[in-house]
Amino acid sequence: MKEVFVRLDRCLGCKSCEMACAVEHSAGKSLISAISEKPGPVRRVYVEMAEGQKMPLVCRHCEDAPCVAVCRTGGMHQDAVTGIVDRNQENCVGCWMCAMVCPYGVIGRHTEVRMAVKCDRCKNLDIPACVAACPTGTLIFATQREFVEMMRKEAALRIAREARGLAKA
Amino acid sequence: MAKDVRDRSIDPASREMLDVCQRAGLETAWDRFEKQQPQCGFGELGLCCRNCNMGPCRIDPFGEGAIKGVCGATADIIVARNLLRSIAAGASAHSDHARDVAHTFRAVSMGEAPSYSIKDQAKLERLMSEYGVDTQIALADAIMAQFGKQDGPLQFTGRAPAKRLELWKKLGIEPRGIDREIVECMHRTHMGVDNDYVSLILQGLRTGLADGWGGSMIATELQDVLFGTPTPTFSEANLGVLEPNQVNVIVHGHEPLLSEMIVAAAADPEMVELATKQGAVGINVAGMCCTGNEVLMRHGVPAAGNFLQQELAVATGAVDAMVVDVQCVMPALGALAGCFHTKFISTSPKAKFPGAVHMEFHEETAPETAKSIVSAAVQNYKNRNPAKVHIPKEKSKCMVGFSVETIVGALGGNLDPLIGAIKSGAVRGIGAVVGCNNPKIVHDYGHINMVKELIKNNVLVLTTGCNAHACAKAGLLLPEAADLAGEGLKGVCKALGIPPVLHMGSCVDISRILTAAAAVANALGVDISDLPAAGAAPEWMSEKAVAIGAYVVGSGVYTVLGTVPQVLGSSAVAGLLTAGAKDVVGACFAVEPDPFKAATLMIDHIDSQRKKLGL
Repeated sequence: MKEVFVRLDRCLGCKSCEMACAVEHSAGKSLISAISEKPGPVRRVYVEMAEGQKMPLVCRHCEDAPCVAVCRTGGMHQDAVTGIVDRNQENCVGCWMCAMVCPYGVIGRHTEVRMAVKCDRCKNLDIPACVAACPTGTLIFATQREFVEMMRKEAALRIAREARGLAKA
Repeated sequence: MAKDVRDRSIDPASREMLDVCQRAGLETAWDRFEKQQPQCGFGELGLCCRNCNMGPCRIDPFGEGAIKGVCGATADIIVARNLLRSIAAGASAHSDHARDVAHTFRAVSMGEAPSYSIKDQAKLERLMSEYGVDTQIALADAIMAQFGKQDGPLQFTGRAPAKRLELWKKLGIEPRGIDREIVECMHRTHMGVDNDYVSLILQGLRTGLADGWGGSMIATELQDVLFGTPTPTFSEANLGVLEPNQVNVIVHGHEPLLSEMIVAAAADPEMVELATKQGAVGINVAGMCCTGNEVLMRHGVPAAGNFLQQELAVATGAVDAMVVDVQCVMPALGALAGCFHTKFISTSPKAKFPGAVHMEFHEETAPETAKSIVSAAVQNYKNRNPAKVHIPKEKSKCMVGFSVETIVGALGGNLDPLIGAIKSGAVRGIGAVVGCNNPKIVHDYGHINMVKELIKNNVLVLTTGCNAHACAKAGLLLPEAADLAGEGLKGVCKALGIPPVLHMGSCVDISRILTAAAAVANALGVDISDLPAAGAAPEWMSEKAVAIGAYVVGSGVYTVLGTVPQVLGSSAVAGLLTAGAKDVVGACFAVEPDPFKAATLMIDHIDSQRKKLGL
């Protein structure tokens, strides 16, 4: 199952992921129409910064997700096959238990209605909007195996170059 | 993955070359455009500000994040400031072009540029009387002074109808000096200066007017004086003008100062003999973009294509030298030329490019430089790799060179026949269709479909720039194209032997359209904003186009843009440009990417103008 991975060293903080996410979750699904929509669309990915490091945060769709565990109405639920954690609009009463237990703080609020809003991993798209919009390849949509393999290859390349540099010196 | 070239251009020659590029793995602007997707939404909306180092700041268009920059600038302020800077850049490009021409004109007047001369004495004398001076040197000084003037008026604004001038004065947007307005844009947009979006946009209009009725008009008029006022000429257009057995020199960019000399040098018997020695049967100069328009309308030099064809021309493998000056020259050309034998030669002291050989042009040594450039091209002919040569066959005949003087001449000495045709309804109105190419719009699709739709509905089209190239390639610049026009326009064109689409020149020559509009308005005793006329830039991309938009709307002409300007982040600014301006300057913008719908907007506007005039 593919997931959204983040290569932390790459983020430039342009927030294109945030904008693309909001647009994808708008009614018109285009930037031009989205900016005049009422209520305005809400993003589900957040670019934060800590100690100089820019960092896009998005729902990790945790196994045994705490937000699902604490939901008293069944609004927050996890698909048994895909593992995607999603919110059922009708059931959500806005008690914010999910927001309180989410370790990443990625449960937001609808602009007008008291209702939780979170990443649904763009189920209708082959690649989530945030990943497609990322201009620097910070966000990667891949299986865990694919992602760590890519990280290993990058590490190997880096080490090889460093070793060669040391040998020359 | 191979892209369908039909999604990129409607021009058969361009499609053919795009196929060639794909097979050869050559990258073009279309590929780079795809790699830029998705483009930054903040930029698209005009919501990022880099004007000071507390920033960069940007405004969240959804209101969830920051709604003000560090200094407190709102979306309205940031969008208006960014727009003003674009106008300033565009106005400076046209006007700095004009400055170079004025400089050469002055040198000619002082006897310091023996290789140039006065080609249109009558126009020179008309300009002297317009400026109220007795000598050529005094005229040169007076024109040079327009750039550095501190207080208005600019001389050519006197050509505008009295009502328009009065309106500009009332609004405080009568330009004072060409450079002054541009400098003031930069000052106003500095951190902590002008922070009222209406005030910023009014300065944008004033700067635009300093371009249209200043820089651009000076460039047009002095180029006519130095190189001749264009008269109807036949030529050919599209990549098929490149010759398989001749040395091909493309002149690309905007100024005629050097290209005129290159055209002359290519005809020099010494150069022709050199070409023969190298095994070529001659030297073929072809033009591209507005340099192309300049030499096309004055010498009938064939036109190789418009903006998005510059890379495709190099990819034919048959260009021995791509000679460029300023504006709209893609820095990508260097790397592309490196895949072929093509010599990429930059010539302007202001414009250098990676991968180019720099052969700097100065007016004192112009013929020598032109000769060395042509000679370099000739000597490069033998390096052409026949296996890599692929020249599309497509080329179309075209009739070009409709200066205002020529149009008046064709009408029999005055504008009455045209005004009569407009009054009778045979000519429903006038559409000025201009501007660039932009990979956001299928190449030439916006241009051709809009123009065809307009003439079908009896709207006489005036064209310049890359639209003119598109029309030339599509055969719309021929008297026979009148058959595509509505009955009324067709009759007028057949009677006068003119095409339904009149080629008026390069992008600085949009000033010719202003002069024409002012003359028609004056003849009717109305303001420009009362005319049954509309403007359009269906595929615009450059900052010059933004400045043009400012002066065209500021002069009272309703204008439809085919690509969305970077202003939608502020509903106040967007509202002012697309509606509010109508109550201020009597004209506004509309945005419509579909050329058919855009033509309908123009025609509807023309009809409502006719109604107001009681026609």
